[in-house]
Amino acid sequence: MEIRSKEFKERAVFAIHDASLQQALGKARGGFVGKRAQQAAELPEFEQLREEAKNTKNHILDNLDHYLERYEAAVTAAGGHVHWARDAEEARKIILDICKRVDAKTVTKGKSMVSEEIGLNEALIEHGMEVVETDLGEYIIQLAHEPPSHIIAPAVHKTKDQVSDLFEAAHGGPRKTEVADLVNEARRVLRDKYFRADVGITGGNFLVAETGSSIIVTNEGNGDLTQTLAKVHIVTSGIERVVPTLDDATLFLRLLARSATGQETETYTTISTGPRRAEDLDGPEEYHVVLVDNGRSKMLGGRFKDMLRCIRCGACMNHCPVYGAVGGHAYGWVYPGPMGSVLTPLIKGLDNAYDLPNACTLNGRCASVCPVKIPLPDLLRELRHMQHQQDITPVMQRRALKVWRYVATRPKLYHALEQVGARFLSAIAKNGSIRRLPLASGWTDVRDLPAPAGRTFLELWQGKRGQK
Amino acid sequence: MTAAANAREAILNSVRSALRRGPLDDKRRAELDARRPQHTRPAQDEELVARFIRKFESRAGTTARVASRADVPAAVEAYRVDKGLPAHAAVGAALKDLAWPAGLAVHHDPAGISETMAVSQALAGIAEPGSLMMASGPASPITHNFVPDDHVVVLDAGAIVGHFEEAWEVLRARAEGMPRATNIISGPSRTADVEQTIQLGAHGPRRVHVIIVG
Amino acid sequence: MTESPTRGPRVGLFATCLMNVFRPNVGFSAVKLLEDAGCTVEVPANQTCCGQPGYNSGDYDAARALARQVIETFENYDYIVGPSGSCMATIRHDYPVLFHDDPVWLPRAQELSEKAWELLSFLTDVLGATASDAHYDGSVTYHDSCSGLRGLGIKGQPRTLLGEVDGLKLKEMEDSEVCCGFGGTFCVKYPEISEKMVEDKVRNILATGADTVVGGDLGCLMNIAGRLKRINAPVKVFHTSEVLAGLADGPGLAGAAKESD
Repeated sequence: MEIRSKEFKERAVFAIHDASLQQALGKARGGFVGKRAQQAAELPEFEQLREEAKNTKNHILDNLDHYLERYEAAVTAAGGHVHWARDAEEARKIILDICKRVDAKTVTKGKSMVSEEIGLNEALIEHGMEVVETDLGEYIIQLAHEPPSHIIAPAVHKTKDQVSDLFEAAHGGPRKTEVADLVNEARRVLRDKYFRADVGITGGNFLVAETGSSIIVTNEGNGDLTQTLAKVHIVTSGIERVVPTLDDATLFLRLLARSATGQETETYTTISTGPRRAEDLDGPEEYHVVLVDNGRSKMLGGRFKDMLRCIRCGACMNHCPVYGAVGGHAYGWVYPGPMGSVLTPLIKGLDNAYDLPNACTLNGRCASVCPVKIPLPDLLRELRHMQHQQDITPVMQRRALKVWRYVATRPKLYHALEQVGARFLSAIAKNGSIRRLPLASGWTDVRDLPAPAGRTFLELWQGKRGQK
Repeated sequence: MTAAANAREAILNSVRSALRRGPLDDKRRAELDARRPQHTRPAQDEELVARFIRKFESRAGTTARVASRADVPAAVEAYRVDKGLPAHAAVGAALKDLAWPAGLAVHHDPAGISETMAVSQALAGIAEPGSLMMASGPASPITHNFVPDDHVVVLDAGAIVGHFEEAWEVLRARAEGMPRATNIISGPSRTADVEQTIQLGAHGPRRVHVIIVG
Repeated sequence: MTESPTRGPRVGLFATCLMNVFRPNVGFSAVKLLEDAGCTVEVPANQTCCGQPGYNSGDYDAARALARQVIETFENYDYIVGPSGSCMATIRHDYPVLFHDDPVWLPRAQELSEKAWELLSFLTDVLGATASDAHYDGSVTYHDSCSGLRGLGIKGQPRTLLGEVDGLKLKEMEDSEVCCGFGGTFCVKYPEISEKMVEDKVRNILATGADTVVGGDLGCLMNIAGRLKRINAPVKVFHTSEVLAGLADGPGLAGAAKESD
């Protein structure tokens, strides 16, 4: 998927004025936040689990090479194959080669953010394969030719009316307007695809080193039909998703659904270990796992190691007021919201995503709900620091910072300018505020500027108490 | 496959160089393999069967309870008739020995696209979230869990454990090792992808009915 | 530094930039509250900004230059107290991070960090204040500023004290913990997004029917007050300290003198 994060500002403004999008976002926001809060409140151990999850992820990351090797050995012992991909291109090639070898015509897909990250669909389609997204949300946006706007609710930006239009265009009439009818229609259409599929591709929420298993978590059951009915099952996953044991996976499972959708548990948690056995009656004949690095191992060494704890629950974006205002597409790549604003510049380049770390008020609500306690605001600030050091920030901003530093380290000068400013603003104010201030239109386009009283506090204080 | 070997080594080396160390020594590896995590388990103070039923039903699952395994066919038939389903079912071979009613056409093959009802034996129940644990194999095909609209699951009351961790012990104790697919099922299939409206029966079963034995 | 047992702690008031220029009344309110609680308050003349604008813009060098100035200016007081969760969280949390690899400045930063308090948190958590003898006629809704709430754990303290104010009726708004869209330079860099956020905030404020909104950070309050004024909504905006000090008798932020009653 091509990155369009440079257009963040334009796309954000467009999103704010998109009435359907705002309607859809408004409906989503309250639900996710309220349900998560309820789940957290109902589990007294919730905060303790967050702390353990953070520590356990740190332990895994510190020993990642070992756990990956142990996982690989266990997958192989179960009759599966592990493939390693340094970057998106290698990952695409590995998957394409498997699909071509089995002469795949139809490829079904469970939801996988890594497959979005590596641009898999385009590559498969280019080679003549029919690619069918089976998660209802993914299916909807595939029909709309759009990328996901949320990592767990990919079509959260679509209204029911828009889905009705898309389904009518794709499946023919009569147009369905009830959610139940829309879901049934997708169920009917996709059933046929599952049974015809040559290859089924899913993500992997967790990779268990102990057993060589991949775990997926879904509500719809689409991932299971995808991976059970196809001849070949391919799992795509980031290298950081390995966990040592089933007990470790449990720790994260207890947090994942609660943080993501505000459910106690998702409907299906599926642990897959190798391909169909000799005596089995169903299941895929081949089982492959593609471990994707794509910048992750580099992150491990520096200030962004914390980001590798991410379990992709989406709580950060559900609680982000900026995401809530502009939706996921404005971010311009695969991962939106706070986690995306950290990952996108790191994977796609700092200068390709200047706005992402900056379009944040550092209000900290994301970090306060993150199940693995990633200090997202600190990481976003760190990216700003890197942008500053690499001179990627706008020239005007760098100049302003230089002037500010010069003045603010000279208290007498600073206070003199404050006094001038206070008097000037007070003089031009009407009825307590200023409606328009040419040099501060970013402020006054949106709101009045409250007027100062005229004299500064320090001035008044000196006058009253005369002390230093 | 030198390219593949290269990628593998390159990634592992990149991980190690990020961690500023070489490969771990055998002693450290053995320590890591011997690690047995003791994560916090949410407290429970409820009888296991009662908790399982309460939790499972909270997500639109249904349950019935029978005294013995011999009562299962009648309970399945009662469910089928109540739902007005056709008189045929895919039944896991684990339940082959039961005396199925003469009027019910039963087979033990995988479920095909037109299958309407399947009956499976659960390996365990997990009271913590109120979920079923199914182990795939010739006696319990995976398609039975996902293809038909109605899924009836037989669960022995004594097989209900408290926490996930105890369910993993059940898996670890199996002579044949991990199943190809371990399906933890917490109710009917659902989606909220259209305007956050919860709709049951997205892709998997529209109804999941548990018959608890004992 | 000797502290006379009868005179209470010697507090250096951190006069935040926004307070100094836009709302001196908040400074006098802070002084009154601190002195009423038995503190000796001084306002060192050598202070400017805490450095947060540089820090949050990624210019850590500039932030360190300002931080050193603040440390030198305030390290001889028993406490440094300011009427802002945002500035005080910077001093409390960010200074030690900024100097994490500086053996000379790290201990000084840590020492100041430990005695840096936001005003209301200081009054309640350190001095144990639970009562207020102020009077305010009106219904008030409280906005939780993000830095104070998540950085310093300020949530119950202002509500407790406001609840003690004679005549004041507290009305909670929906989503009081959601950012108002100020975010320092964010609000001018991304005005449209900021507008959407402050619009949501103002809608929640108006839904309470309260005639006054208060909060602990002037940045947020100027944003909220400016927006309320822009849409001609007659809700008064005060810093919490103004109400608690009984100095909220004049016009609120962005309020014309004639609006005050």
